[in-house]
Amino acid sequence: MNKKVLVIGEMREGELRNLSFECLAAARKIAGEGEVVGALFGENSQQRASQLIQYGADRVLVSEDDNLKKYTTDAYRQAVIQLCNNENPESIILGHTSMGKDLAPQVAAELQSGLISDVVDLEVEGDNVIFTRPIYSGKAFEKKQIEEGPIFATVRPNNIPALEKDEARNGEITSVDLSIKDLRTIIKDTVKKSTGGIDLSEANIIVAGGRGVKSAEGFNTLYELADILGAGVGASRGACDAEYCDYSLQIGQTGKVVTPDLYFAIGLSGAIQHLAGMSNAKVIVAINKDPEAPILEVADYSIVGDLFEVVPLLKEILKKEIYSNA
Amino acid sequence: MDLIVIMKRTFDTEDRISIKNGLIDEEEAEFIINPYDEYAIEEAILLREKHGGEVKVVTVGDEEAEKELRTALAMGADKAVLIDTEDVDVELDHFSIAEILTSYLKTQDFDMILGGNLAIDDGSGQVAPRVARKLDINLVTTITKIEVEGDKVTIERDVEGDVETVETTLPVLVTCQQGLNEPRYPSLPGIMKAKKKPLETIDYDDLDLEEEDIQAKSKSVELYLPPERTAGRVLKGDMEEQAKELVELLKTKSKVL
Repeated sequence: MNKKVLVIGEMREGELRNLSFECLAAARKIAGEGEVVGALFGENSQQRASQLIQYGADRVLVSEDDNLKKYTTDAYRQAVIQLCNNENPESIILGHTSMGKDLAPQVAAELQSGLISDVVDLEVEGDNVIFTRPIYSGKAFEKKQIEEGPIFATVRPNNIPALEKDEARNGEITSVDLSIKDLRTIIKDTVKKSTGGIDLSEANIIVAGGRGVKSAEGFNTLYELADILGAGVGASRGACDAEYCDYSLQIGQTGKVVTPDLYFAIGLSGAIQHLAGMSNAKVIVAINKDPEAPILEVADYSIVGDLFEVVPLLKEILKKEIYSNA
Repeated sequence: MDLIVIMKRTFDTEDRISIKNGLIDEEEAEFIINPYDEYAIEEAILLREKHGGEVKVVTVGDEEAEKELRTALAMGADKAVLIDTEDVDVELDHFSIAEILTSYLKTQDFDMILGGNLAIDDGSGQVAPRVARKLDINLVTTITKIEVEGDKVTIERDVEGDVETVETTLPVLVTCQQGLNEPRYPSLPGIMKAKKKPLETIDYDDLDLEEEDIQAKSKSVELYLPPERTAGRVLKGDMEEQAKELVELLKTKSKVL
């Protein structure tokens, strides 16, 4: 018990990701009476650091080094390794995001340590931390622990609840000097494709379409529904193959794995390949013309009908709800 | 250009999964080349077609993996290497596999190493980035487009749906994401040719490694299946009633709106 845990925070569009708070909740559990040290890099990190404290960190290390403005593999790896060398944490926690997936294995390689990726839960048993993670695209789960070296894990978004924000919490925010050099891979350009800035892996609600949506124009009606709900838009492989939408929206065995609270499967048959990516959603709604579609077998609520009739009705009802609540 | 693909043989997760004696039952399972590694093999072949050179596919496992290596050769790879760990007595994890691959790759000439973004069975995606670090070469993950000009490599990568363009230099290790290419199926002449292509087996003993160097750092302590999802309610009535009822159920019963 009583461990020192290092949590690497992550920002998106200048704001801390909710996942960083979820990582802090995991870290607090691992730390026991020990210390949770947050770390944050890039622009605004000084400003955002206090939020890490409000959500569970005891102190925060920040660096606004020019080389850390945006995630790059070389710069962030060096930064995290230096923090690990300075702080000697007994546990390291990151989000299982694009950044965490790129960064954590490299840090683990450099530290010659184990790493448990994509965890959705954890239990502390004495000195041991047992992590739960989905395997076989969510068709099975494994419990896994680190045998030797730092307890190192990446956390899947939307699974471990963040702690209640506590504005009374105080902690030291320290600016650290890092030596970042020899950057060999350089970002030339970033083209935003994700819609409305809602990342599928972190979305609480997802509106996903399949071949039944019939066209790229058909997807517009899904985007409109998603807008009303503040949801992310996803798609089946079939819809991507048919070029109704970009592959970046694909959910499934190849594609993204998501665990939202609410998943709308619209005009989407529910092939095994797709179910592998979303069957752990808390509530699934199917809207499908075909009463025999496999998606109905896993859906909590199903409407058998034409999506082009049902979705506009849903939009109308939801819009009214929002206005009556406003 | 010397291209090496690091490949994993995986359980086809479209198969039904069951657990026997605390382990995933593999008896009737179908094994395949990890789908993300197929993108890597395809891209390596395309790069060879453009720039010349050789494609070598490497895997760590037992002799059962020869089938998948032959498939890679039938797709168009030139050589295959199996690093046989059947006689290893210690447990292996991502750390171990990365150590084994690295100690082999250190003895090889290469300009580029390609791997999958992750393996669909375990889903960790650790081995390739670990190998890049151990070899101290450039790393670009989840690539969706790659162009090589001399030493310069321009890559598009998927960053949570956005497209990031990066520039780096050879030697580089890349992990392949969906959308990179459309992997070819082995052709009949390809399958015939593959039978004559070299498939080398290296015992892990031949790599300068002791068992204690590759002992796993993590351990799986339990496997279980999630509770099965059962069909819920199919709503009734005219479409407007159904839509209204759905919103009501999501709000009051499931409390997700």
